[in-house]
Amino acid sequence: MSDRFISVEGIARRFPAPGGGTTTVFEDLWLSMARGEFVCMIGHSGCGKTTVLNILAGLDVPSDGTVIVDGQAIEGPSLDRAVIFQSHALLPWRTVIGNVAYAVSSKWRRWSAAQVAAHSQKFIDLVGLKGAEHKRPAELSGGMKQRVGIARALSIEPKIMLMDEPFSALDALTRGTLQDEVRGVCQETGQTVFMITHDVDEAIYLADKIVLMTNGPGAVLAEIAENPLPRERTRNEFHKHPLYYATRNHIIDFLVSRSRTFIEKARDTYNPRNVAVVRPGLPEPTIARAQDPSAKPSRGQQVAAH
Amino acid sequence: MKTASLTGRAAVVSFALLFTFLLAWHLATCGSKTVHHMNPEYAKLMGATATQGKSAMPGPIDVGAKLWEHLRRPFYDNGPNDKGVGIQLAYSIARVMIGYLLAMLVAIPVGFLIGMSPLMGKALDPFIQVLKPISPLAWMPLALYTIKDSSLSAIFVIFICSLWPTMINTAFGVAAVRREWLNVAKTLEVGTFRRAFTIILPAAVPTILTGMRISIGIAWLVIVAAEMLVGGTGIGYFVWNEWNNLSITNVITAILLIGLVGMLLDFILARLTRLVTFPE
Repeated sequence: MSDRFISVEGIARRFPAPGGGTTTVFEDLWLSMARGEFVCMIGHSGCGKTTVLNILAGLDVPSDGTVIVDGQAIEGPSLDRAVIFQSHALLPWRTVIGNVAYAVSSKWRRWSAAQVAAHSQKFIDLVGLKGAEHKRPAELSGGMKQRVGIARALSIEPKIMLMDEPFSALDALTRGTLQDEVRGVCQETGQTVFMITHDVDEAIYLADKIVLMTNGPGAVLAEIAENPLPRERTRNEFHKHPLYYATRNHIIDFLVSRSRTFIEKARDTYNPRNVAVVRPGLPEPTIARAQDPSAKPSRGQQVAAH
Repeated sequence: MKTASLTGRAAVVSFALLFTFLLAWHLATCGSKTVHHMNPEYAKLMGATATQGKSAMPGPIDVGAKLWEHLRRPFYDNGPNDKGVGIQLAYSIARVMIGYLLAMLVAIPVGFLIGMSPLMGKALDPFIQVLKPISPLAWMPLALYTIKDSSLSAIFVIFICSLWPTMINTAFGVAAVRREWLNVAKTLEVGTFRRAFTIILPAAVPTILTGMRISIGIAWLVIVAAEMLVGGTGIGYFVWNEWNNLSITNVITAILLIGLVGMLLDFILARLTRLVTFPE
């Protein structure tokens, strides 16, 4: 945690409750991310994952705390942070290249039309949409739409990519291909990514760190699981790695039971500013674990997929 | 094949209905043809209604003949009370266009303001709610008194009646732009002005055009009544003048033409709407 490229410092989000008082979605959330790191956040619906992402994007404001990116506190949305929306959010009256060019011309306002077109085309080619530049979003499949969303986010060459369940609306095959592509592009460019997902395998395949949230309302960041798998992993092989099931079981155990009981059990030892970092399956965690031992993953035991 | 046959069958039914209607009309107005024996001078005085049992209502053939006569010479001008129906329609269309375009120039920006600013929306709402249900013709005396020109007063009445549907639809379309599109603009740091023209306007333009289509329909409805009041020129005046002449044939002809022009105006706006509507 030496390089604090992104530093989330004690943020909370509260809404006025319908019957007076306030509802706290999550509170006292501390998290830091290094440059080039791929972080996935997992948690049940209602734990405020999307709110965290919106705060990082500058679309929402925390009720408490701040987020510092590259030495500067976030004040509203920025072209440094690109968002890939779950619903892809393409502008239906613009073509594929029109959608990407809209982002490009927003970032580089003085560029000529030819410059904008050339730059947009580069990213359309990158996501494999060559030949579909002049189609409208309505003519594209779900996977192709999300590719446009990815091209649009990449085209502004952001410091951080924020992805809100970008693949959840896609079929399994398309999802797999897009995960491969996103992983490839991010590793190539050293992109820093914060992604929300519901899919445990997706998190294990893509992420360096997996952030586990307890159930909302009043959710907290329970622990950070460091991915023990080697950085050079492939889609075909990563689930055969000896540590794969340990990691997977650890996360699923958390989602099934510990996300509910965590706050009660760890009330005395929980320190939101220094949450436990676990490396599932590895004998010596880097940081002493404050968790109860029952959370130890069972070796090799297969857990039915969610 | 299926849709083509549906259109074809619909056309057959339409023609059958038209034919039935024209036949019924003809039979109802053709008269009994029983010629009473009376003094020829007297019969001439009384006309066909009394002598042949013919209805005072013209039949479809009379109207057709009249229509043909009008269409053959639409633009003649024999002085203030005898102008071709083409000239009268042109006056009406010109008034509608001027009043309508002025209304659009006001309604769309104001609707934008209402839709983008919840404060202005709430502040202007009571005025709109009170002004909207006022019959446009109720403004006529006020317009005549202040403007002191009957033709301009008619344009004002068109202006005021075209205003509301477009304004309300614009406000609705602007307020209903999807949050995610606005978020895209926000994350790209797009300024308010550029956002209005590149996100909100294209997203709202189908709704705005729907409002404009309702407005043109209302404007065409109102111009006839307005011209009956102000007189002088226009298709509304023509209808009233022919009623004073007791020329029911001309009245029916004018009714038919009013309907056709209204259909044409609606068709143009429908076409425009289809051009700007985007598939989702």
